[in-house]
Amino acid sequence: MLIAKDIGVRLGDNQVLRDLTFTARPGELTAIVGPNGSGKTTLLRALTGDVEFDGAISLSRHDIRTTPPWKLAATRGVLPQSTPMAFPFTVLEVVRLGLIAGIGADRAALPHRALAAVDLAGFEGRFYQELSGGEQQRVQLARVLCQIWEPVVAGEPRWLFLDEPVASLDIGHQLTVMQLAHDYAKAGGGVVAVMHDLNLTAMFADSVALIHNGALVRQDTPAKVFNDHDLSVAYGCALRVNETPVFDSTFLLPHTASTGPGPAHRP
Amino acid sequence: MAVADHIMPAATQTQGDRAPLARRLFWALSVLLAGISLFSLTYGASDTSLLAALGDWVQGRELSLRDRVVLFDIRMPRLVMGVLVGAGLAVSGAVLQGLFRNPLADPALIGVSSGASLGAICAIVLGGYLPARMADFLGYYTVPAAAFIGAWAATMVLYRVSTRRGRTSVATMLLAGIALGAMTNAMAGMLIFIADDAQLRDLTFWSLGSLGGATWSKVFAAGPMIVLLLLAAPLLSTGLNGLALGEAAAGHLGIPVQRVKNLSILGVAALTGAAVAISGGIGFVGIVVPHLLRLVIGPDHRFLLPNAALLGASLLLLADVISRTMVAPAELPIGIITAVIGAPFFLWILLRRRGILDM
Repeated sequence: MLIAKDIGVRLGDNQVLRDLTFTARPGELTAIVGPNGSGKTTLLRALTGDVEFDGAISLSRHDIRTTPPWKLAATRGVLPQSTPMAFPFTVLEVVRLGLIAGIGADRAALPHRALAAVDLAGFEGRFYQELSGGEQQRVQLARVLCQIWEPVVAGEPRWLFLDEPVASLDIGHQLTVMQLAHDYAKAGGGVVAVMHDLNLTAMFADSVALIHNGALVRQDTPAKVFNDHDLSVAYGCALRVNETPVFDSTFLLPHTASTGPGPAHRP
Repeated sequence: MAVADHIMPAATQTQGDRAPLARRLFWALSVLLAGISLFSLTYGASDTSLLAALGDWVQGRELSLRDRVVLFDIRMPRLVMGVLVGAGLAVSGAVLQGLFRNPLADPALIGVSSGASLGAICAIVLGGYLPARMADFLGYYTVPAAAFIGAWAATMVLYRVSTRRGRTSVATMLLAGIALGAMTNAMAGMLIFIADDAQLRDLTFWSLGSLGGATWSKVFAAGPMIVLLLLAAPLLSTGLNGLALGEAAAGHLGIPVQRVKNLSILGVAALTGAAVAISGGIGFVGIVVPHLLRLVIGPDHRFLLPNAALLGASLLLLADVISRTMVAPAELPIGIITAVIGAPFFLWILLRRRGILDM
């Protein structure tokens, strides 16, 4: 269980997050959504201990402020939005960095399995710098997976924190990565992901936290959070939520959105 | 692609894994260093040869006094000093580059060596003003200790100036290095103004960088520190590997980032300080050696650091042989040789990877 209570974050003179309470359960994929600048990434960085925060955050009953880094590293992996690397590492060498913290059983084979999981089998010998942004992002995901390959160890869940994991991916690999995160949760692990794509969120998330102006609008199932009123207020444009007849999941089309005042859109 | 996968699944397993190559290179470089060392003992301005001397010794003949002095009091300390300084500079370059996450960081380029030189110059010129008890206590270590303090202060200033929120701006780092260099030059200039003749000779030696004037006492003053740090440096390699991902990601891998950074800065300052104290500011070894190695075995510090020590020692010895034979019986300061080779190399790195400066 990840519990964040009354989180406040100041960056410089800006109060980026205010009294925000957020929870994530193992076995679920919890998404954080909201418009640009709403504080999604800052919330994730507070949850992973990368920024100073007021309030309290505990991961599997451990206060993350007082837990030593090596102990946290054994139970949770963090994927940043992008990871530029200074030196000419090969893909295999990057993925193996995940083993620094890992307690996985089969250390030699794990990097290859992780690369196969993100659909990059055969890329081992390529240079990281020569890959596209989307490929680099998947290499980093493979590295994080290497770190916490087993979703549950000794009865304790492990956690995957993803900052916009699909932002630079094509639609095929968006589905691959979301499915992977979903499977990790279904196997007993916990997944927290900052998401931009509301449709993918509706398809894969078990719980969604909608954030607006650094405060929580509501955290619940996607079906409850994705309602016309809350989304329209948060995103500042009139959004209409629909339901797919076949898959029983909410979706929305940008076509049906209209901004209130401001530049006129086509009717 | 599918066909290739089918035919060579074993090849895919080892692709991208340069660890076996790095291990083989370690042994190859060990042999290379041994070879160059023998060559360096044999070849020089005088016709004394290690092999001939060995032959004499085996046949029970007494070594002439001249040969003994040339071998044991001139070439031998110079060889040991070359190995220590070359290895020390190459390893501090590699650690500094890992710390700054940039292949252009070199102790001589970004002012760490300038700081060390200033410390050493202060010790030489102002050493007489030290309280007698302290001077006795420090003894031979006065100059290395002062060089260490200078290098440490320079590295701290550099890191503070060029790193904001865990990201290091290389442009800022290089520019700060220029400022530090100018400042230390100015202060050295003032000290030279008040120096006496003997001190002045010592001082000119720093501005050029040289292995000339190697003595056993210099070797013993800086050697233990350098050897200790070279042996300890590999303890930083996992931390530096993690830092390549950035500070936050390294922390998420369980690496104690702040401790790795502090130890790296202290280690680099002590290594550079010790090397500069006995040899002056020899440039470019710290940038050329790690860069060449990364091209072959990759950036993994577990292999980079030991190999850098061996290759740095070998290349500096080679440069030393060139410096003392090219215009024999006079000799070129070795700093000139390393700069003539290193400066175009630096430009070549810039040409190949202009993007580095924007990182």
